[in-house]
Amino acid sequence: MRKLLISIVMFLVPVLAFPAGGGDEHLESVFINLRDKASLQRGAKLFSNYCLSCHSAAYSRYNRVGKDLGISDENIKEHLMFAGEKVGDLMTTTMPVEDAQRWFGVAPPDLSLIARSRTPDWLYTYMKSFYIDDSSPSGWNNTVFENVAMPNVLYGLQGNQLAVYETNGDNKVFAGFEMEENTGTMTEVEFDQAVTDLVNFLVYLGEPAVLKRYKIGVFVLLFLVVLLIPCYLMKKEYWRDVH
Amino acid sequence: MSDMNENGVDVKRRRFITMTSSAVGAVGVAAAAVPFVVSMSPSERAKAAGAPVEVDISKLEPGQMVRVEWRGKPVFILNRTKEMEQGLNKVTPELKDPDSVDPQQPGYAQNEFRSLKPDLLVMVGLCTHLGCAPVDNFEVGAASGLGDDWQGGFFCPCHGSKFDLAGRVYSGVPAQQNMVIPPYSYIDDNHILIGVNPEGVA
Amino acid sequence: MKAFIDWMDERFPLTKVWEEHLSKYYAPKNFNFWYYFGSLALLILVNQIVTGIFLTMHYKPDAALAFASVEYIMRDVPWGWLMRYLHAIGASMFFVVVYLHMFRGLIYGSYRGPRELVWIIGCIIFVALMAEAFMGYLLPWGNMSFWGAQVIISLFGAIPVIGEGLTEWIRGDFVISDATLNRFFAFHVIMMPLILVFLVFLHIVALHQVGSNNPDGIEIKKNKDENGIPLDGIPFHPYYTVKDIVGVIVFLMIFLGIVFFAPTFFGLFLEKDNFTPANALQTPPHIVPLWYFTPFYSILRAVVWDFLPGGAKLWGVIAMGLSIVVIFLLPWLDRSPVKSIRYKGWIYKTALVLFIIAFFILAYLGFKAPADTDLFWFDNTRWAQICMFIYFGFFLLMPIYSKMDPTKPVPDRVTFSKGGH
Repeated sequence: MRKLLISIVMFLVPVLAFPAGGGDEHLESVFINLRDKASLQRGAKLFSNYCLSCHSAAYSRYNRVGKDLGISDENIKEHLMFAGEKVGDLMTTTMPVEDAQRWFGVAPPDLSLIARSRTPDWLYTYMKSFYIDDSSPSGWNNTVFENVAMPNVLYGLQGNQLAVYETNGDNKVFAGFEMEENTGTMTEVEFDQAVTDLVNFLVYLGEPAVLKRYKIGVFVLLFLVVLLIPCYLMKKEYWRDVH
Repeated sequence: MSDMNENGVDVKRRRFITMTSSAVGAVGVAAAAVPFVVSMSPSERAKAAGAPVEVDISKLEPGQMVRVEWRGKPVFILNRTKEMEQGLNKVTPELKDPDSVDPQQPGYAQNEFRSLKPDLLVMVGLCTHLGCAPVDNFEVGAASGLGDDWQGGFFCPCHGSKFDLAGRVYSGVPAQQNMVIPPYSYIDDNHILIGVNPEGVA
Repeated sequence: MKAFIDWMDERFPLTKVWEEHLSKYYAPKNFNFWYYFGSLALLILVNQIVTGIFLTMHYKPDAALAFASVEYIMRDVPWGWLMRYLHAIGASMFFVVVYLHMFRGLIYGSYRGPRELVWIIGCIIFVALMAEAFMGYLLPWGNMSFWGAQVIISLFGAIPVIGEGLTEWIRGDFVISDATLNRFFAFHVIMMPLILVFLVFLHIVALHQVGSNNPDGIEIKKNKDENGIPLDGIPFHPYYTVKDIVGVIVFLMIFLGIVFFAPTFFGLFLEKDNFTPANALQTPPHIVPLWYFTPFYSILRAVVWDFLPGGAKLWGVIAMGLSIVVIFLLPWLDRSPVKSIRYKGWIYKTALVLFIIAFFILAYLGFKAPADTDLFWFDNTRWAQICMFIYFGFFLLMPIYSKMDPTKPVPDRVTFSKGGH
């Protein structure tokens, strides 16, 4: 019976592995390191400069971000917050929802959980996949998110990215990106790093307690191992009675 | 069960292992209870709501009072006029605790004015009797409706307790203590921070 | 202490209950791995109730606030993230444990006389648990919560005549709304827990009336010593308490390992799309129920034959309902002379293996789009149909094949070897 069960499981494992996965093809993978405080701080700065004016992170508080990332309240006030906010405030945006809907057609989504709902790889690829498209209202389009309302807010850093097409018979097929010379302040490597920092920060923002969770988890599992030893001996001891 | 030894059972060993398991298990249960107990203490939201409040006092004319919220309580900020300051002395005999002996204020506010600077009163606007919010009545004399000797102050509509312009309680009213002065400090001449002591004060 | 217990015993059956259900409840000594899951299910029930109480202190059952209040728990409440993960992952673990517990009953014939009622109550618990989990899943008010509830409640719309009115009555609105959330909250936090606790109580009382089955499917009460104690029985306490403690610790390592290191469990326990607030205007690209519902969801979708009277939708709902009802009937479907798989023959074993494979494939297909081809040869709908017939065949043909099955002789006494672990 046991062998039978094991063979069934062996048969089914490949079938059942990651049934929820799949779907998102051709995403670039990003290396997330939540222990890299410097990267998180750079990401936080990019976030406040380029994201927070339109997007909120309304489940998160400035001082919590500061505490977790090792930024002092003064620095938080100076670099991340808008005037008139308190350090304990939620990271809301100054842009009224009605204005946003008028300007973009949709209200920009809250970004607190975006890394959990979209995945880091998606965000990384998305931020790098804007290209100039005069037919779109914002002047920008994106290969990951077709006809997205959001413009490329990082174009000043990245430069003007163009989409290159190949004609394959009658069809126009996307062939890759091309950068206009000297339009961005960053090199490609620098820009990739900047986007990595930003995504790293967004991952942190998705679940601020994650490092604490790992740390406590290690202690909990170690404790259970310690507890298992006398309890197993206790079971053995009592079961000596059973013949 | 009484003849365990005859069955070849080492009672001592069994007891030792059971006690060890129980002890380690008890530590685990106690540790597991901590997050549950701690989860009931004030959250970050509550702490943020209780954070120090910065108030701009530059627009507060003499004789004017504003109410601000600090930790969910009303805080009265009154810019006392020179007359008001002088009036404080006149009512001293009628007060229960004119010298603010009762620690209803930080040490730096235990003075005649119950404040850091003579003009500005910063006070939790709750009656020390049962917690109603007293109303201000800055009229002097009979016009106040509170007697000819009234020098201006606060009157609690719930049970009629009376306080002077420094929040000191009158004798013979239900309230027994002066109104509370919260910790506060000056950021500069025009801004105060409620909830934080002046630098150098523990 | 003795005086206190005497005082209590005169007024309350303290010692009596202790002895009847623990220190003098004789359980077969040959329980194996599969027998941990009953006590583990009880452990998770306690976990769900305790963490649930603490979550209720911070959660807001209001469509405008619910999603934010969950994130408030995750971020602002001290240790709130732990409560939430323990509860959400606990729900999935509850089903893991309950499925294994039911499977134990299936392979060792624990449903057979005289334990029919234990099985029936257990099945009711399973149904109640599904209702509890379904309603709990709406509460975070994520987009998958919203659309999942939308789809499941719409099932009732398949019922002729009253269907439409019934769905509106369940929702308390024409769409899933604040009213729905509020009533689901009431059901989830008070009504269903009360029912579940009461059913679990009945389940244990009924079990202790007839005594536990064992991997050999032998009635230990048939062989008693001069004191009337079963020769193959040992007192539940201390022997199975100390054994279950070991099982609990190992289980906690797995459970807490997931809680602390992989709480979303690769999107299976906490789904990506549920990290977006409910949006009545935007359906997630792939609506899938949580993993523990997917086998039944597959059966629902497998019925696509529109020539059936009343339409395919109605029959899909009926098929799904029947797939759970047949589980209740198991005590009367099994006509084998033996209870345990250990003494059953190749026919039953083959049927069981087919059933397990079909069940897992149905579970897998529940995640997939019906029209796609994720396995070989056929598209997903056809596979689901094949597996659905195997599923029903396993139960409904059991009266026939269990009789034909070449069984082995059952010994008088249980198999128990020291050091066989």
